[in-house]
Amino acid sequence: MKTLAFLKPSQEVTTFLTKAAMVLLATVLILSAILTVFPFIWSAILSTRDRSEIFSTTISFALGDSLAINYQRLLEIMPFWQAMFNSIYVAFVGTTISLLFCSMGGYAFAVFKFKGKSFLFAMLVGSMMIPPVLSLIPYFLIVQFLGLLDNHIAVWLPFTTTPFGIFLIRQHVVSSIPKELLEAAKLDGAGEFRTYWSVVLPLMKPALATLAIVQFVFFWNMFMQPLVVLNSPDQYVITQALRSVQGIPNTPWGSVMLGTTISLLPILITYVCASKQMISGLTSGAVKG
Amino acid sequence: MPDGTSILEGVKMSTTLQSSTTEIEKESKPGFNWQSLSPYGFLLPFLIIFSVFGIFPLLFSVFLSFHQWNPVEGLSAMSYVGTENYYIALTDPWLWRSLKNTFWLAITSGVAQHLVAIPVAYVLVSMSDRLRHWLTSAYFLPFITSTVAASLIFFNMYSPNSGIINQALIALADSSYLGWAFGWVNDYQPIRWLENADMLKPSIAFMVFWKYTGFNIVLYTTGLMTIPKEILEAARMDGANAFHRFWHISLPMIRPFVFFAITMTIIGNLQLFEEPFVLTRGSGGTGQAGLTISMYLYKVGWEWLEMGTASAISWLLFALIAFFTSIQFIFFGKKGLQGH
Repeated sequence: MKTLAFLKPSQEVTTFLTKAAMVLLATVLILSAILTVFPFIWSAILSTRDRSEIFSTTISFALGDSLAINYQRLLEIMPFWQAMFNSIYVAFVGTTISLLFCSMGGYAFAVFKFKGKSFLFAMLVGSMMIPPVLSLIPYFLIVQFLGLLDNHIAVWLPFTTTPFGIFLIRQHVVSSIPKELLEAAKLDGAGEFRTYWSVVLPLMKPALATLAIVQFVFFWNMFMQPLVVLNSPDQYVITQALRSVQGIPNTPWGSVMLGTTISLLPILITYVCASKQMISGLTSGAVKG
Repeated sequence: MPDGTSILEGVKMSTTLQSSTTEIEKESKPGFNWQSLSPYGFLLPFLIIFSVFGIFPLLFSVFLSFHQWNPVEGLSAMSYVGTENYYIALTDPWLWRSLKNTFWLAITSGVAQHLVAIPVAYVLVSMSDRLRHWLTSAYFLPFITSTVAASLIFFNMYSPNSGIINQALIALADSSYLGWAFGWVNDYQPIRWLENADMLKPSIAFMVFWKYTGFNIVLYTTGLMTIPKEILEAARMDGANAFHRFWHISLPMIRPFVFFAITMTIIGNLQLFEEPFVLTRGSGGTGQAGLTISMYLYKVGWEWLEMGTASAISWLLFALIAFFTSIQFIFFGKKGLQGH
């Protein structure tokens, strides 16, 4: 090999080549990042354009001036703000109740010893293996039995005790809330609920924040469950309302894109402010595994 | 897939449950101890919701899969039909077509996701924290946005004459720099991405790829960041080039992540519903070319009002997912979970 040493590129050349390759790769990655985000920008641009601009056959990235007209048309084709309000209601109530129920369940699994604990825990694990599509029919049936069709409770209540949430809280309590603290609270005369509410709950904040992100995104984006249980347009959540105008003749795309863009804003704004937390929250189940 | 993301965590925890250390021993008092009920009090919401919306309906759907029932006609309209629902489902050509479509979509978009995500993650970890964070945030964005909203945008972008995708392809074909590479595309214009039965599946697969690759990139980036820098540095000193370091060190060390991410993709892709539903306007596309098994189940249950058959289909789908997940566990699970 010694004789071939002169064929080996010198240190400087290698460094240069590596640097050039890195710059090239970075360019490719930046371009693909822009392409990934592009559909959202495009939908915002389209929402300012009128029909002839949308159906023109030349590419232009200019904003149109039909935002107001599109907005008016949007309100004509669907009860837009009603649907937005329904989604906000479902997402907020659902997320809040999830935080309460999951923290209670997770706390119980972390702190107490009781009969049937292992069995319940096994059930919890087992239920995670059941994909959402499978439970769609049973879910619809029970909602119908309970007379909750067309009622928003049916859309949020069944999803407030997610196995993921209960695990997350349990894990957090086990790993970061010292046993001594709970015992001290007990010695001070705090009851079980008081210990949970005023001692443990404030310490759960990081886990609750993660759970809130996961649940809010889930409730805001949900489509399949509302699709089967909410029937009247006044009860529609935003995903349903948007999808319902897809079928109308001569779809007014400017208005539909405006509605789509507005419906994305709550999540997008949260993402811009807290992208790190959202990314780690939404992959937390996976990464810790 | 909010429920799916933590399967491994659950499996792991169920084994460590017994060894949990923060349990508080209850003092035994004479007579009935009200305190012993408090854990159940905390678990009450979970217990109620889990039995009402979880266990009971699931058992009922087993029962229902052996009955014929139109939900509009009320409970009395239910009649026992034995295994006929399974027979009807299994002999319906639409079921087999939708199964084929589901597999095609699952494999095409799934394989592409991982083949792109792993190298991208490998490059990302060698970049500055700032750039990596910006890029990751951009790639992850589609994952957090509503599938329906995103599908509507894609539906518009895919439109044959005015859609931006065809317009961009025409512009590329007509451009003086890249025309030589893209000129042939013009022979096929306007490309009917969603109307043409041959183009529909690739179009759906592309959107699925767009939506979930970022999620996998984040998983793999996290995995690669756990590899100690010293190991890679030592290998570099020993003369291993970037590709060798990737193939012989990084890839084996992120095996648990690969295993987990692929399991998630299998489970998620076999249930594909919203993307094909919106992109085909709920129809399944020309010749049902975009009909997935979940959409088929929805059609049978809510459009044809055959809840019994739909239940049977959902159990067939369950068997299918269980089968493929266990194959994945048997062949790759042991190695995957052991990690390095």
